[in-house]
Amino acid sequence: MLWLSFKRIIRGGFINFTRNAFVSLSAILIMTITLFTIGSVVFIMAGLNTSLAEIRNKVDISVYFMPAASEDDIMSVKKSLEALPSVGEVVYLSKDEALEAFKARHEGDESTLQALDELGENPLGAVLNIQAKDPSHYETIATFLKEDSVLSNESSSLIDRINYFDNKIAIDRLSKIIDAAARLGFGFSMLLVIVSVIIAFNTIRLAIFISREEISVMRLVGASNKYVRGPFVISGVIYGLLSGLITLAVFYPITRVIGLSTASFFSGLNFFTYYTSHFGEFFLLIVGSGIVVGAISSYLAVRRYLKV
Amino acid sequence: MALNNVSFQISPGEFVSIVGHSGAGKTTLIKMILAEERPTEGQVFFQSVDIHSLRPSAMNHIRQRIGAVFQDFRLLPDKNTYENIAFAMEASGRTDEEIYADVPHILDLVGLSHKIQSFPKELSGGERQRVAIARAIVNQPDVILADEPTGNLDPLNTNEIVQILKKINDLGTTVLLATHNKGVIDNLGKRVITMEEGRIVRDDPTGRYVL
Repeated sequence: MLWLSFKRIIRGGFINFTRNAFVSLSAILIMTITLFTIGSVVFIMAGLNTSLAEIRNKVDISVYFMPAASEDDIMSVKKSLEALPSVGEVVYLSKDEALEAFKARHEGDESTLQALDELGENPLGAVLNIQAKDPSHYETIATFLKEDSVLSNESSSLIDRINYFDNKIAIDRLSKIIDAAARLGFGFSMLLVIVSVIIAFNTIRLAIFISREEISVMRLVGASNKYVRGPFVISGVIYGLLSGLITLAVFYPITRVIGLSTASFFSGLNFFTYYTSHFGEFFLLIVGSGIVVGAISSYLAVRRYLKV
Repeated sequence: MALNNVSFQISPGEFVSIVGHSGAGKTTLIKMILAEERPTEGQVFFQSVDIHSLRPSAMNHIRQRIGAVFQDFRLLPDKNTYENIAFAMEASGRTDEEIYADVPHILDLVGLSHKIQSFPKELSGGERQRVAIARAIVNQPDVILADEPTGNLDPLNTNEIVQILKKINDLGTTVLLATHNKGVIDNLGKRVITMEEGRIVRDDPTGRYVL
């Protein structure tokens, strides 16, 4: 009995779908736009996050050591820094490497290079480049470096200077901008998603509004609420499923075409490779949202005409 | 107020006509028996059940035992003749085998075997009403409620519909017919309840149409 009604409800849903082809088509069109919006939001959020992460990585603190500081001392500083939970990565740049980097930076600047040659010995100290896990952690790291006893080896201080205090204002501002951008992006995306879901919901409501007479007739000839509602919910699921598949299919050529330009715009995130490598997640998200929105909209829309 | 202090009883197997001008309350009365509308006061009993005390979700069990025919046919426009009748059977949980067997049989009874695949919009008014009657009787209900079933039909079709209703009544089904068609009532020679402005003004066991 249960199986029989289930079978009939499924068949009824398909018949509903095919015999109201025009209504089905418009519902699918609107739902495709909704799902496309949801998918685009995912892409843009991924791009934004990659860019923000990239900017975060560019922020670091450099600790310049006195030329006299020994490598052992520097290594022990490095070790104690790496023990801090807020520190992401510490890169050691030896005296010689620092000199190489300096020379490379002033390649065209003859007078500076000449002055350096005249000096004879390497005037530069070793450098530790520190990356925090989050920009807001630089303050604690800098304070740690300033206060910690590990740095004041025996008599004199090992550290020449820490550039955090020079860059403090810039770093603070940047971390605020990054936070605000992430929050704004998320809020705006949610708004877009909510609006498009409401539009899809209303389209399905309109499609069912057309059938309100039928719904009351079905009730009057003795059909149970479930039996009346079932086929409409199935039609909703079909709308969602087909819209989801169409959306997935449409994303393929689009991301392929814009993939390279997104890679340069969003710090190396190629939408096409992102799409193909996360296809499973996209499939679940897009088709899943379509089915859920279709089914719930139909369920709610039929309910108001079932009161007979 | 559409109905005021209406009280009557119908025994199993009766053929009762309800007559009155438009606006006398015939349709409202039928709607209340089918629980499509609720009375502000009073009860409607189907056998021993007060149908308005039922939850709306439980109403379908009562409705499966009442066949309804309306002036505007109320067929499902997206379903063909076969499916319209099959729907009422499916709704009451009949098996596919029963449906395959009964639908052609019932269409034969109303003389529409050749229109089994037609959609409502491809049928004439009289044909649509015969499909509606087929749908109403296919579950072998205890009662048939017919609200102006001939209101949109020509005299020939009207007569055919009334003959079908009479045949159903002869087979033991209670029929409640609301109409303002004088000719129909006078030919029937059955019980007639006359309504005026929401009240019952006359109840004759073998009445004629008198207003």
